[in-house]
Amino acid sequence: MSTPTSSTAATGRLSSASAVDAARAEGRAALVGYLPAGFPDQRACVDALRASVAAGLDVIELGLPYSDPVMDGPVIQAAAETALRGGTRIRNVLESVEQLASAPEGERAPVLVMSYWAPVLRYGPAAFARDLASAGGAGLITPDLVPDEAGEWIDASDEHGLERVFLVAPSSTPARLASTAAACRGWTYAASTMGVTGTRSSVGSAAAGLVQATRAAGAERVCVGLGVSTAAQASEVAGYADGVIVGSALVRALSDGGTAGLEAVVRDLAAGVASPSR
Amino acid sequence: MTAQPVFERFGARGPYFGEFGGRFVPEALIAALDELDAEYTRAAADPAFAAELERLQREYTGRPSILTEAPRFAEHAGGARVLLKREDLNHTGSHKINNVLGQALLTKRMGKTRVIAETGAGQHGVATATAAALMGLECVVYMGKVDTERQALNVARMRLLGAEVVPVSTGTATLKDALNEAFRDWVAHVDDTHYVLGTVAGPHPFPAMVRDFHRTIGVEARAQVLERVGRLPDVVAACVGGGSNAIGIFHAFIEDEGVRLLGLEAAGDGVETGRHAASITGGVSGVLHGARSMVLQDDDGQTLDSHSISAGLDYPGVGPEHAFLASTGRAEYRPVTDAEAMEAFGLLCRTEGIIPAIESAHALAGALRVGRELGPDGVVLVNLSGRGDKDVDTAARWFGLVSDADLVASEAERVSAPVAETEGSGW
Repeated sequence: MSTPTSSTAATGRLSSASAVDAARAEGRAALVGYLPAGFPDQRACVDALRASVAAGLDVIELGLPYSDPVMDGPVIQAAAETALRGGTRIRNVLESVEQLASAPEGERAPVLVMSYWAPVLRYGPAAFARDLASAGGAGLITPDLVPDEAGEWIDASDEHGLERVFLVAPSSTPARLASTAAACRGWTYAASTMGVTGTRSSVGSAAAGLVQATRAAGAERVCVGLGVSTAAQASEVAGYADGVIVGSALVRALSDGGTAGLEAVVRDLAAGVASPSR
Repeated sequence: MTAQPVFERFGARGPYFGEFGGRFVPEALIAALDELDAEYTRAAADPAFAAELERLQREYTGRPSILTEAPRFAEHAGGARVLLKREDLNHTGSHKINNVLGQALLTKRMGKTRVIAETGAGQHGVATATAAALMGLECVVYMGKVDTERQALNVARMRLLGAEVVPVSTGTATLKDALNEAFRDWVAHVDDTHYVLGTVAGPHPFPAMVRDFHRTIGVEARAQVLERVGRLPDVVAACVGGGSNAIGIFHAFIEDEGVRLLGLEAAGDGVETGRHAASITGGVSGVLHGARSMVLQDDDGQTLDSHSISAGLDYPGVGPEHAFLASTGRAEYRPVTDAEAMEAFGLLCRTEGIIPAIESAHALAGALRVGRELGPDGVVLVNLSGRGDKDVDTAARWFGLVSDADLVASEAERVSAPVAETEGSGW
């Protein structure tokens, strides 16, 4: 088992898989937290994420704001629009990655970028992989790129030793669970419900079964996202998954309560993942 | 003319057309797309499906649509013969019904009870609401908030037909955002809902399937032109937004190598101004709404706003098969500005007594240009994809046909919504 600060051997970059393993070694699930880069502005976003790591966040999921986010609900759509209106460009996202990756011990965690495929394709998958790796990023989560279409990204991410997180959904067939799990590098993202991002009163009942099926299909690590917003939900999901992904709730906490409000929510969620309900 | 089959599966089936097409969608939608693809494949091989669709197209839509020669209009087109394929005479006023009836039948075959659709100015929304009423399906239409305000009459039309119209306020609050919202709805309701996508864009199998449902346009027209003229046309012209009417009329001619296929894109104020919707002429290869194709986007891959006087063509992408036909050179795509389209619009009204949709007026403008290139021996087939009733307000403003008092009365609306973006049809 690696420690949370262990790195991929050659590069000195943190890997999110190591962070998930470290949490598992402590008998808990990892807490993965999302904010769109440039929200509310570049500096504030980076500061908020560093504070969140200090408050218990294990893995950073940094969104690359996109004009047409079909997987996102209203909260993240609005935040991404704010970031884009503020002039956030891909180079700013990579800069943010670099700032997060060079944060001092205690405020530093592996950074996965989450991006729709259009911006990465335009940047050039090979160039994006190169620049993400050199910024110190751990890898990429691709909500609208399925492995079937990902040949170019698989090659590029392999070449630069980047993690590659694809999604599975309650509607995925066993064959697709297997092919998706095999294509992932690091961990597999299980969408808890059929729907878009956003807080929900309960996490989809299909989530536990999906995690089990995804593991059975060969996934080494499975983290669950969509709809998790409270410590109780985090604790529930931690009972069956390797990681708990929280997005909209963090965006809302930062909007409503600033960095202090966000820290409080992260601490609460961290307590949740640390006491998995079995 | 000999009876032509209304529905026949033919040609490239996707998911790829050269480097274009594919499925760039969340994993959650893959199962629904697979289900649709499988059901469509079964239906396409089922004579009962083809028979039912043909019956509906004959008895409800009014197919085959007629071919009208436009000799007085043609005097302005270098004397070339101009033949209009009259999709404007279909029930609901455009070609959109061809696709919608096919997809509504598939919805019932899949045992789904609810359909959703996106619409720009309302033509596809009205067609979907119509088919839903006909077949007893629940119907929700997503429409950019800006468009619902500008197209209040079409909103009322859809509501009369029993559909729920949901204004979309996110993003630019126009057609592309309506598509985003329809995809979000579909992800959450795939169990009972079919997404009736309105053009030959989107993830596989939509581009090939929607094309197949519109292919009847070209199959009919090819036989009609042969009968009328005694030979194939030199050029087949059609407007291209997402590209459904164009692929519908092009497809039957693809193997006729001597026939030029001419797609006319909306150039708005002119491609060079940046205010246009010409995705092939002025765009780049990229991903939008589930497929790789030609799109209008900035250096960062962010979708750019499109601009056209025609809301039906006002979309920053295009179907992948068009991108492919452009890349191989089998079809040519040329830009037509708002001004050129409106000139052709006015000309057809005055010379032939036909008010075309502003979308279709782009094809007419292309016919005028190419007719002058061909000269008197030329034969140009134009897809008159829709009628222009819905565009009368835009045209009245454009040509200054409304009184000062009328203009004062609608001043507030004009200030908030520039004329060039207030009306249209198509999608």
